[in-house]
Amino acid sequence: MNTARKRYGDTVFRCLTLLMALSIFALVALIGIELFEGSGKSMHKFGWHFLVSSVWDPIAEEYGALPFIFGTLVSSAIALIIAVPISIATAVYLTELAPRVVSQLLTMFIELLAAVPSVILGLWGVFVMVPWLRDHLFPWLQNHLGFLPLFQGPIYGVSMFAGGIIVAIMIIPIITSVSREILQSVPKLQREAAYALGATRWEVTRISVLSYAKKGLFGAVILGLGRALGETMAVTMVIGNSPQIVKSLFAPGYTLSSVIANEFNEATGSLYPSALFEMGLVLLGVTVLVNALAQLLLTTFAGPNVKPQN
Amino acid sequence: MSTVTNQTPAFAIRDLAVYFGLTKAIRNISIDVAAKAVTAIIGPSGCGKSTFLRSLNRMHELVPEARMTGDIRLFGDDIYARNIDPVVVRRRVGMVFQKPNPFPTMSIAENVTVGLQLNGVRDSSLLAEKMEQALSMAALWDEVKDRLHAPAISLSGGQQQRLCIARALIMQPEVLLMDEPASALDPIATAKIEDLIVELKKDYTIVIVTHNMQQAARISDTTAFFYMGELVEFGATAKMFTSPSKKQTEDYVTGRFG
Repeated sequence: MNTARKRYGDTVFRCLTLLMALSIFALVALIGIELFEGSGKSMHKFGWHFLVSSVWDPIAEEYGALPFIFGTLVSSAIALIIAVPISIATAVYLTELAPRVVSQLLTMFIELLAAVPSVILGLWGVFVMVPWLRDHLFPWLQNHLGFLPLFQGPIYGVSMFAGGIIVAIMIIPIITSVSREILQSVPKLQREAAYALGATRWEVTRISVLSYAKKGLFGAVILGLGRALGETMAVTMVIGNSPQIVKSLFAPGYTLSSVIANEFNEATGSLYPSALFEMGLVLLGVTVLVNALAQLLLTTFAGPNVKPQN
Repeated sequence: MSTVTNQTPAFAIRDLAVYFGLTKAIRNISIDVAAKAVTAIIGPSGCGKSTFLRSLNRMHELVPEARMTGDIRLFGDDIYARNIDPVVVRRRVGMVFQKPNPFPTMSIAENVTVGLQLNGVRDSSLLAEKMEQALSMAALWDEVKDRLHAPAISLSGGQQQRLCIARALIMQPEVLLMDEPASALDPIATAKIEDLIVELKKDYTIVIVTHNMQQAARISDTTAFFYMGELVEFGATAKMFTSPSKKQTEDYVTGRFG
C-alpha cells in the first residue's frame, strides 16, 4: 500500500518535471521556427546576399546585415577586452586577498550593478559617459595613440567605443560573480600545496588557483560574451545607430539587436518586417556560432578536465 | 644563522600555544625535535596534532583567526621573528599533506620542478638533474622516468603522494613535515611511503603526524603523545610503546581509547 502510493507519486513527479523540461525545448523550437518563417520573404528576395550586403535602405527596400553583424561583433569584442581583466582581477581579489568584510561589501555592489536596469545605464551613458568620452578620453586617446587607425577620425561621442564600454559595464557583474564562484571552488589543498613550497600570494594564485580554474574562467568569459552579443537597450542609446563599417572606434556603429529595437515600430509593408526578422535570425546564428567556436577553443586549448579533489 | 652542532635540535619549541579565535588549540608545549630523526606526533582526532605541525612552518597562519604565542627555533633561528617572512620559513620546512595534492594541470616533471622555478631556477639541465635526484630520493624515478611529461593526475594515489614528497624534497628543506601522509593510501602504497621515510631520515629531519599507532612504532625514533591540545608524554618511541610513564599514554597506545 505504502510502496504503491510512493510509486504513484514518483510517476506524477517525473511526468510533471519532464513536461516542464520539455516546454524549454518547445520554446526554443518555436522561436526558431517563428524567426525562420518571419524572415522568409527577405530570405527569398536577398538570399545569402543579405549577409554580405552593407546597404540598409528601407525606402529603396534594400536590406543587408553586414554592418550590423560587424557592429555586434566589434562592440562585444571591445566589451570583452575591457570587462575580462577587470572581472577576473576583481574575482581574484575577492577570493584570495580581500578581508571578509570588504569581500562581502564588494560582492553586494557587484550584485547591485547587475540589477541596474539596462535603460538606466543607457541614460547615464548618454548624459554622463558620452560627453565625458567626447571631451576627455577620446581626445586624449587620439593625441597619444592617434597613429592607430582605430583612434582616428572625427569624435562625436556616441560611437562603437561608447557602445563597447556600456556593454562592458553590463557584463562585468556576471563574469565577476561566476569567476568568483569558480575560484572559490578550487580546493584548499591546492592552495596549501603551493604555500608549502614557499610560494607568495601571487605565486599561489598563479600556480595553483588560476591554472586549476582556467577552464571554468574561460566558461565565465563565454557566458559574458553571450550576454554582450545580445545586449540591446543601453547599446542602442550610445552607439550612434549608423550602419557603417569603418576602422575608427570613434565613429558611430549599429548592432543587430539595436536595429530591431529601433525600427520594429516603423517597419511597414511586408519586406521591411521580414528583414528585421532575418536580423533576429542572424543574431541568433551569430550567438550560436560564437558560442560554439568558444567551446571548441575551450576543449582544444584549455586542456583536459581536472578531476575534482578536496 | 647560529652555529649548528650535532646536539642542536632541528626545532626547539618553547611554550607554544596556538589559538583559533578564543579556542586554545595547543596548550604550552615545549619540546626539542631531534635532527636527522623521525619524530611522530600521535593522539586522538582533534587533539591539536595537525595544528602543532602547521605551526612549525607557519601554515596555520592561513586560517584568518589563528594566533600563536611562544617561541620556535629552527636550527637556532626564530621562525616567528618580526623580520622573518613565512615564505622563507616554508622554503626551509617542507610539507606533505594527508591527501596527495599534485598540481593537476601540470605534468609530473613540472610538479617536481615548480618549487625551484619559483625560486628563479631557469637552467633546464640543472632542473632536470635536480628533478631526477628528487624523484629518485622519493623512490619514484624508475616508475615515471619514461613518462615525465604525462599529467601528474595520471599517477596512482601512492605514486602521487611520492610525487608530492619529491616536490618537497627538491627544495632541499631542512625539515620535512608530514601530515598523515599515508592515511589515504592502500597498505602496499603505505608500506612504500614508510620505507621511504626511514630512508629519508639519513638526510632529513622528519616530523610526522599519524593516526596509525603501528606506523609510529615502526618508523619513528621519538614520539609525542598529544591529548586535548596538551603534550601528555614525549620520549623515545620504543619506551613509549612498551613502558609509557603515563597511564593515558598506555591506554591510547594499547587502543583502549582514541
